[in-house]
Amino acid sequence: MALTQTALRVALYEGPGAKSLSPGRRFETVKQLLSQGCSVRSAADPGDASVWVGDFDGGPATPGFQHVSLDQPDFAEAIDGVRIQEQAAPAGQWKPWFPVIDYDRCTNCMQCLSFCLFGVYGVDGDRKLQVQNQDNCKTNCPACSRVCPEAAILFPKYKAGPINGDVVSDADLQREKMKVDISALLGGDVYSLLRERTAKAQSRFSKERDADKALAERQKCLTKLAALSADIPPEVLASLPSPEEIARRAAEAAARARAALEPSN
Amino acid sequence: MSTPRILYCHCQYAQVLPKDVKEQVLQSLCDRGVEFEAVADLCELSARRDPLLKALADGGPLKIAACFPRAVKWLFAAAGAPLDAGQTEVCNLRVEAATAASEALLNAALSPNLPAGKNQS
Repeated sequence: MALTQTALRVALYEGPGAKSLSPGRRFETVKQLLSQGCSVRSAADPGDASVWVGDFDGGPATPGFQHVSLDQPDFAEAIDGVRIQEQAAPAGQWKPWFPVIDYDRCTNCMQCLSFCLFGVYGVDGDRKLQVQNQDNCKTNCPACSRVCPEAAILFPKYKAGPINGDVVSDADLQREKMKVDISALLGGDVYSLLRERTAKAQSRFSKERDADKALAERQKCLTKLAALSADIPPEVLASLPSPEEIARRAAEAAARARAALEPSN
Repeated sequence: MSTPRILYCHCQYAQVLPKDVKEQVLQSLCDRGVEFEAVADLCELSARRDPLLKALADGGPLKIAACFPRAVKWLFAAAGAPLDAGQTEVCNLRVEAATAASEALLNAALSPNLPAGKNQS
């Protein structure tokens, strides 16, 4: 999915040619439009809205603009129709969960780029870290923020601070650093831990050739990994690629991070 | 200084803003009949680099009802629409009571509160 579409811009119109709305109706209308993923402008000047919504008094207020009357029984469907016609972003197909970089804190160390197996991160022309593929991020997984030694990675929809954008305290920084240290002691990062354990398991499987045992071992590894990184949702762990693919992607990510950090000629 | 514009985020796709708080704040804006912009989800607009964010960032004094100021600052920046720290006030609906947030939004006086940071002039 490419995030190329933008939200449908709707003006809640109460100017000449339309009736004023009661506060209750205004509230319900705005709430309805927001639930359909629209951006709503409630102002005398409709601005650059694609469609005007209102209680029109005897017909469209201004010819040449799309109007949707609040009185029509299929109001929600009519808005959806305009959205499709305008090729605006559909509502609710993607939960906007992705990392946001606090560049006041980021040191461009590339640990996150090196860590992420899903190609969320990249670098710009000046080799500065960027979030480039937001929709590749695994919903509810804040793992990359855990490897950031500066607490510079936010997930605004995360439950707790400082990952949710709350102020970063000294205690937070110490805690984040400790997590990285623990991770390093365990083998670099959670994914390398997984690779190591899976490799050991694979070596046994090749001898045992028992698919059930292989599956049980993989599940055991994932459970242990989940216990070590309590924030990683089980479904993310379960959807990790094969050990070979993990190794390939990790090497690729590390190479990209190294390239970004190399001094330019 | 001109009257601050108001942006309200409904955080449609997550449960991080208390439902009663965000609805009471939206209700207060509708009750008062003030002009405002409302977006379904600021995070999604940021990821899509929606041009509305640039228009809001470039348009002068702005009050934003959303979440933590640090998150709001960098969501706008990620969309290529950096906010002016001196002209932006964020009401954090994750922690503020609805009454306090509504009063702050509807008050014509602006109290800028974005984190200054090393990259902020």
